[in-house]
Amino acid sequence: MERVPITVTVNGRTYTAEVEPRLLLVHFIRDVLNLTGTHIGCDTTSCGACTVIWNGRPVKSCTVFAVQADGTEILTVEGLERDGQLHPVQEGFWEEHGLQCGYCTPGMMMTAVALLAENPDPTEEEIRAAISGNLCRCTGYVNIVKAIQYAARKMRESATAGVGGA
Amino acid sequence: MTATAVRGIGVPVKRKEDPRFIRGKGTYVDDVKLPGMLYMDIVRSPYAHARIKRIDVSKARAMPGVIDVITGEELAKANLAWMPTLMGDRQMVLPTERVVYYAQEVAAVIATDRYIAADAVLAVEVEYEPLPPVLDPFEALKPDAPLVRPDRDQKTNHIWHWEAGDKEKTDRIFQEAEVVVAQDLYIPRIHVASIETCGCVANYDPATDKLTIWMTSQAPHAHRTVFSLVTGIPEHKIRVISPDIGGGFGGKVPVYPGYVIATYATLKHKKPIKWIEDRSENLQADSFARDYHIHAELAANRDGKIRALRVKVLADHGAFDAAANPSRFPAGLFSVCTGSYDMEAAHVEVDGVYTTKPPGGVAYRCSFRVTEAVHTIERMVDILADELGMDPAEIRFKNFIQPHQFPYKSPTGWEYDSGNYPAALQKALDMIGYRELRREQAERRARGELMGIGISTFTEIVGAGPSHTFDILGIKMFDSAEIRVHPTGAVIVRIGVQTQGQGHETTFAQIVAEELGIPVEYITVEHGDTDTAPYGLGTYASRSTPTAGAATAVAARKIREKARLIAAHLLEVSPDDLEWKDYAFRVKGAPDRYKTMQEIAFAAYTNFPLGLEPGLEAECYYDPPNLTFPFGAYVCVVDIDRGTGQVKIREFLAVDDCGTIINPMIVEGQIHGGLTMGMAPALFEEIVYDENGTMLTDTFMDYLLPTAVETPHWKTAKTVTPSPHHPLGAKGVGESPTIGAPPAIVNAVVDALSHLGVRHIDIPITPAKLYRILQEKGVAE
Amino acid sequence: MIPGPFRYRRVSSVEEAVSLLAQLGSDAKVLSGGQSLIPMMKFRLAEPNYVIDINRVPGLDFLEERDGLLRIGALVRESTIERSPLIRERYPILHDTALVIADPLVRNLATVGGNLAHGDPANDHPATMLALRAQVVAKGPKGERVIPIDEFFVDTFVTTLEPDELLTEIRIPVSPPRSGGAYLKFERKVGDYAIAAAAAFLALDESGLIVQAGIGLTNLAYKPLRATAAEQVLIGQPPSDELFREAAELAAQATDPVSDLRGPADYKRAVARTMVFRALRRALERAQANG
Repeated sequence: MERVPITVTVNGRTYTAEVEPRLLLVHFIRDVLNLTGTHIGCDTTSCGACTVIWNGRPVKSCTVFAVQADGTEILTVEGLERDGQLHPVQEGFWEEHGLQCGYCTPGMMMTAVALLAENPDPTEEEIRAAISGNLCRCTGYVNIVKAIQYAARKMRESATAGVGGA
Repeated sequence: MTATAVRGIGVPVKRKEDPRFIRGKGTYVDDVKLPGMLYMDIVRSPYAHARIKRIDVSKARAMPGVIDVITGEELAKANLAWMPTLMGDRQMVLPTERVVYYAQEVAAVIATDRYIAADAVLAVEVEYEPLPPVLDPFEALKPDAPLVRPDRDQKTNHIWHWEAGDKEKTDRIFQEAEVVVAQDLYIPRIHVASIETCGCVANYDPATDKLTIWMTSQAPHAHRTVFSLVTGIPEHKIRVISPDIGGGFGGKVPVYPGYVIATYATLKHKKPIKWIEDRSENLQADSFARDYHIHAELAANRDGKIRALRVKVLADHGAFDAAANPSRFPAGLFSVCTGSYDMEAAHVEVDGVYTTKPPGGVAYRCSFRVTEAVHTIERMVDILADELGMDPAEIRFKNFIQPHQFPYKSPTGWEYDSGNYPAALQKALDMIGYRELRREQAERRARGELMGIGISTFTEIVGAGPSHTFDILGIKMFDSAEIRVHPTGAVIVRIGVQTQGQGHETTFAQIVAEELGIPVEYITVEHGDTDTAPYGLGTYASRSTPTAGAATAVAARKIREKARLIAAHLLEVSPDDLEWKDYAFRVKGAPDRYKTMQEIAFAAYTNFPLGLEPGLEAECYYDPPNLTFPFGAYVCVVDIDRGTGQVKIREFLAVDDCGTIINPMIVEGQIHGGLTMGMAPALFEEIVYDENGTMLTDTFMDYLLPTAVETPHWKTAKTVTPSPHHPLGAKGVGESPTIGAPPAIVNAVVDALSHLGVRHIDIPITPAKLYRILQEKGVAE
Repeated sequence: MIPGPFRYRRVSSVEEAVSLLAQLGSDAKVLSGGQSLIPMMKFRLAEPNYVIDINRVPGLDFLEERDGLLRIGALVRESTIERSPLIRERYPILHDTALVIADPLVRNLATVGGNLAHGDPANDHPATMLALRAQVVAKGPKGERVIPIDEFFVDTFVTTLEPDELLTEIRIPVSPPRSGGAYLKFERKVGDYAIAAAAAFLALDESGLIVQAGIGLTNLAYKPLRATAAEQVLIGQPPSDELFREAAELAAQATDPVSDLRGPADYKRAVARTMVFRALRRALERAQANG
């Protein structure tokens, strides 16, 4: 059985491992790196619970092989909080009750983080389109939209206040 | 101490459970990792009905990393090939002779890692002799139908017959009635598909002789008792832990074979065994909901006054009766189907039938078949309105149980506690601008556009339930709370229910905060560990607030009564001289002489009256005197695309009444989610089998969960009609929207087409189905 | 959920990819976006012995107009098409198409090249490329060849690409003035394949008559379909709703959809008619705006 050496930077920390080519990135993150905040919810690339930010773009980590991530950078939910400060997206989800069971939440938040990095003032329609690859069964999406709008507002405020965004 | 500081009932307190979830630090079952843990994966049947001729596990066993392959033969030796179901039937854990549903568990492999386990599943060779599937419950009742359950004494596919109401009186009214409308309705099988699938980590530790099972469980104590009965291991040696659960909705109440096999495997190998099902397995084999074939009739006067309801149902239960209903109610609470309307009589008959499909029946936020009940009555009322040329709002106002009639005894024996249906509906109509919408509809209709307005006014029935009527496997359906106040005025609460996203760590803390006058941030709520939480029946059917919420309030009040004695001691007055006001015990007539609960708590350990037991704690096992009856009025506006048959929900307003609201933010969130799970079966979701009994909708590519794009921006509002018998006046709300939404949507679509003679459409109203109707009526583009 | 085992080879040039493909033939599958391949591997519907990862091959992600052609490198991600101002302004039909492929997360990895090379009649770009009369560039051990899109799709999941060829580029004629296109997809929900989808491209002459027409159809036959009879009825005619209805009817008749969970065949045909009609109207709007 072939094993391939990979070096991956996750949340700013660099890891090396030898993995089977078929190891899915989500299993690498959860089972090898023990970062269990990224979740698995389906087997057809449909639900987005496994969303991470890979080289700046949100992707479904269940549909990427870990070997593809060699030499690249990944941001997972565990990397959002910096120095004890929650990311505005995390804050927004808490303030606006954007989660209930919490299972889709990490993936949902990573998509939101990427959206706001690209579009700091999205409309409701734009938000709904951006999260249309992330399924939620609990919230009915209304408060997720509000959470992301909260985060957008907060990030725009700190940007205009001259403080660097998270 | 002020209400602002305490943040008890009615405050939208930010959730206490969120800090770990937003950091990705929840502990769901698949996050549990134990040293030496092995992985289990399941071999499943490709046939809906087949004899097993041979199972060859040799290739699988020979694979490196494969520890074991378990079959029914081995389980049978340990008397574990079958297990009891929650409905008094029995269910195969692993088969020894036959399989009776597509994807049924046939064998289990245990391996050192989940990838090897997946490979090993494919290496197990099973030889089947296919048998004819039994897929249609009507066909299943014919004398020549193949027998799904030859293991039963009664050689029939008929499981049980159940009735409620007064048949004679109902039939008499139907005979003499001025108007009778009848309709066949089919509510198809659906699957709850919470984003986290089911699974467990079962760990038998020989050093402590203790079996610990982390499990996706909505009812850990009930499961512990079942495991004890099934394995013979005494209950004190079993610990069930529901850690964080990624959505339940009823799908995590049944005991699935996977849990039992994993338990057997850990007892055998004395190593932790993890089993986490794939999404496909989850959709294929786990508990379904609905699958009711309904024939309903309403008898009425020409002026629209309903006189009686008659309903006959054929219930497709799959191959085992493993629904999780209270034992006296094989059809759940379906007999609440007289709904929000006053009528002279009703008669309901339900027959359960075996088919070669997975077992289940109540796993989709249905409140024990109330979704089916309300769908029936809300459709029938609209059909009656259509027959009589009456406005659907008008006919409802005419027939509502009026506020002065509560408590109301329904013709099928339920005592509704409180309600104000006219107020809720009027509020909904006013808020949405009903008259303007009807005007708009007329204009659009003249232009050939199809716009519909649908109403649903439902009565829910939750909080199972009083011990004289309710039990599951004999265990009465009380619930519990244990509260302990620490010397420095912080509190720990343990409850017998089990959140899967409903926010119990916050709402139950708010109840205690309100009752004890202690700020909510000093109160911790725990549940889910059977070693520490008091015995409860779990969370499903919207029962937590009505049962455990009451238990919590009562336990808190017991503490308050003891606190009174300590306060009296501290203030050197008689207990009768004190009143509990503004979150403190105050001397009557001299309110600035008071003691807060914090002060009393400290005294409970340091300065208590002689003869009084030290400490400050209490428990309550609450046997509810009745169920509670949340209700609501929903209005849905739809537009239909004549070129594709697509239904677009333009606007949806939900007015809900769940009595006293503990946390309005959480209640609103429950409603948003429930409405989405009401829309989904109305327009998108359906489990489909082909003629061989193979499930065709076993992935999210074909089992269609709505995304944020399909889901409208739900509008919500409320009325508040407290429950007179609940200590807080609270009723429960989680399933109301799943119950009220589908008929509102169907009523809207039918309303859009009623001028063309359309009277009923079965759900899901897919574009293909609707387009066919448009074609038949000559209005397809 | 778990793919079968395979050997992984990451290549850093087209030549390396081609040489490996020549060596391994049908033993190997090319991994670009992976958003079609990996799901198939997870269900073990595809079990290649070798996976050749071309994602680090430089020079395959260009998106530019040059020498009268819009040139799209095979590795251009759908999300790039979605965001490109060039595409939005000058090729909105491609913007329409990219927007309805799967969901936004999948689009961050899915490639235009992959969407064509997979040969799936349910994929969205093929219909658009047919309507635009695109060309596909393939590189093999014998060199480069340019394949007209009409010859590219052969059968379900089968294209004219040889096992040792790599799709490297898609070329689309630069849009003439007074032209416009649109892609309309009717799906059950975001992320689904089409119940029916239509790509329509129109070019008008100075007097407003239709001089060019392209109509491509998605998920309505065993391979991506061009509705030639529908196109022909439009040529030389002044555009009108009546004309578009006629063309839409002809296009629908040319389809041969399967009955499945998305609906019966005759329903899909009816939706095809609706999509073609609406796509033609939108294409006309855009063509007239470009006048």
